[in-house]
Amino acid sequence: MNAPLVDIRDVSHRFGQHPVLKSVSLTIETGSYTILLGPSGSGKTTLLSILGGFVNPSEGKVLIRGQDCTFVPPAKRPTTTVFQDYALFPHMSVGGNVGFGLRMQGVDGATRAAKAREALALVGLAAAFDKKPHHLSGGQRQRVALARALVIEPAVLLLDEPLGALDLKLRRQMQDELKAIQKRVGTAFIHVTHDQEEAMALADHCVVMNDGRIEDEGPPERVYARPATRFSATFMGESTILAGTVVETGDRTSTVATPVGPVLLPSALPLGSAAALAIRPEHLVLGTTSGGTKLGKADVSDVVFQGSFKRMLATSVEEPSLQFIAKLPATATVRPGDTVAISCDTDQIILLAD
Amino acid sequence: MHRIVRIASWIYALAVYGFIFLPVVVLVLFSLQSTSFPIPPFTGPSLRWYEAVLSDRRLTSALVNSLSVAVLSSATAVTLSFLSAWGFARFVLPGSGLLRGLITLPLTVSYLIIGMGLLVLFNWAGVPKSLLAAGIGHVVINLPLCFAIIYSQMGDHQINIERAARDLGAPEWKVLLLISVPVMAPAIFAGFFLSMTFSWDEFVISFLLTRFDTTLPVEIWNLLRSGLNPKTNAVGSLVFAVSIVLVVFFELTLLRRKPA
Repeated sequence: MNAPLVDIRDVSHRFGQHPVLKSVSLTIETGSYTILLGPSGSGKTTLLSILGGFVNPSEGKVLIRGQDCTFVPPAKRPTTTVFQDYALFPHMSVGGNVGFGLRMQGVDGATRAAKAREALALVGLAAAFDKKPHHLSGGQRQRVALARALVIEPAVLLLDEPLGALDLKLRRQMQDELKAIQKRVGTAFIHVTHDQEEAMALADHCVVMNDGRIEDEGPPERVYARPATRFSATFMGESTILAGTVVETGDRTSTVATPVGPVLLPSALPLGSAAALAIRPEHLVLGTTSGGTKLGKADVSDVVFQGSFKRMLATSVEEPSLQFIAKLPATATVRPGDTVAISCDTDQIILLAD
Repeated sequence: MHRIVRIASWIYALAVYGFIFLPVVVLVLFSLQSTSFPIPPFTGPSLRWYEAVLSDRRLTSALVNSLSVAVLSSATAVTLSFLSAWGFARFVLPGSGLLRGLITLPLTVSYLIIGMGLLVLFNWAGVPKSLLAAGIGHVVINLPLCFAIIYSQMGDHQINIERAARDLGAPEWKVLLLISVPVMAPAIFAGFFLSMTFSWDEFVISFLLTRFDTTLPVEIWNLLRSGLNPKTNAVGSLVFAVSIVLVVFFELTLLRRKPA
């Protein structure tokens, strides 16, 4: 009864001999904003193409509204795609572009024009109806592509790096608008990006992908605060990664020996196993705090003033391959070349599944 | 020294353009002759030979024949080459490179060989010598050219545009008709006008494959057999004028790019 809107089951895909998706399963809820986040080559765009019907997966199934759509062509599925290069029809007016989907459904001209105008108004381009796409700026073309895809009221809207071609300022502005439009129309959006800031700003549900697999998924707050794997800890925001071995286990605690000293964790781990720990930059503290975990001394290699904070890079004295990334208050007086003691709040240490 | 080079280059340029255009200038000039021989001194200008051409039934009907063969054969060539270029550009075909080479190969074969080949083939198949046969010949010579032009302009950037149309519910024939053809229109028109130009003044194939109704170049050749006469100059000038118009259309459609 309560089937998810989109249900991707064990989807694998190969291009020739090269596997790009390795048994990916994912469900998308009605009205949600899902971000597929990953570096290039992680398979996120292929997954989107499979959802859109442009690529048929080698294995697995795609169900949309409970119906098997795995091999249904794009024209016949309840999805529409906003392409990275917008793919507007250059010979048609903006109104003709937006009305195209309705025209294919056999909707009469007057209704079509009215609905197209409505959709253009939704994206803030009501005045552009009679213009040609090449008279519009990049951001405006992006909106037209969005209106064109939304006007036929798809169950799922697929966006392939929609903001990738825009400059930074416009990207942040369009990002806010995308979110607002999604909330207004209530359509499920699935959005592919490699920009983690975009992911955190937009997603209700964030899916981190790497090497054809889903590394981590969940609300962006959770993925950021408690990343499941080393990859997601370094890709979604920055982290200092500590590797160590479990040397002592208690009832509900374990002690991990790391090159910079023992770390006490509030969970029981098998004795002798390897453990990877991540610490977010904002949780590293200079000096030693009572109740915190000491992480040894480090040589400061770089301090960059970022306005509201200072970003510091430092190399551990005890373990030269260990790089600390810390976010310090803007008032911090540390300079490159200083040697400082580093510690962190024990509760903020993240145990990675690896 | 500098001046001498400049003057020399001007003389050189004049010589080159003179070499290319002098025959045409002479042809056009003596088509305006008012006396009966197209030889100096120039006695015109007069339009009497143009009048003679336009009141000559055989010449005017050959002109109409030439135009219809040119339009219909070019339309056929451009349609077939668009479809094959689209197929080659959008689908992975076995031996694609070889097949593409085969399509463009007739460009290297002389019209005489193609004409003779068609003559033998039509003879064997029982197709009589006619304007239709000549038209088919023109499709054979123009298709490779149209294919080369259209295929070269069919880039990957149109793939997503076609995908978008499919995504919005367009069946394949509508994608072709409403999206691919309009997007490719400059290349399609360029191919059409260039093949019109070639068909318009093509002689060998028309000569071999037509009998009673024939095209203008064949009719001019008939006229020439009875000796030079300003009337042939006049009809030649008309052929040249039409070719110029077609080439201008070709240049305008292919070379003038819209701002992206």
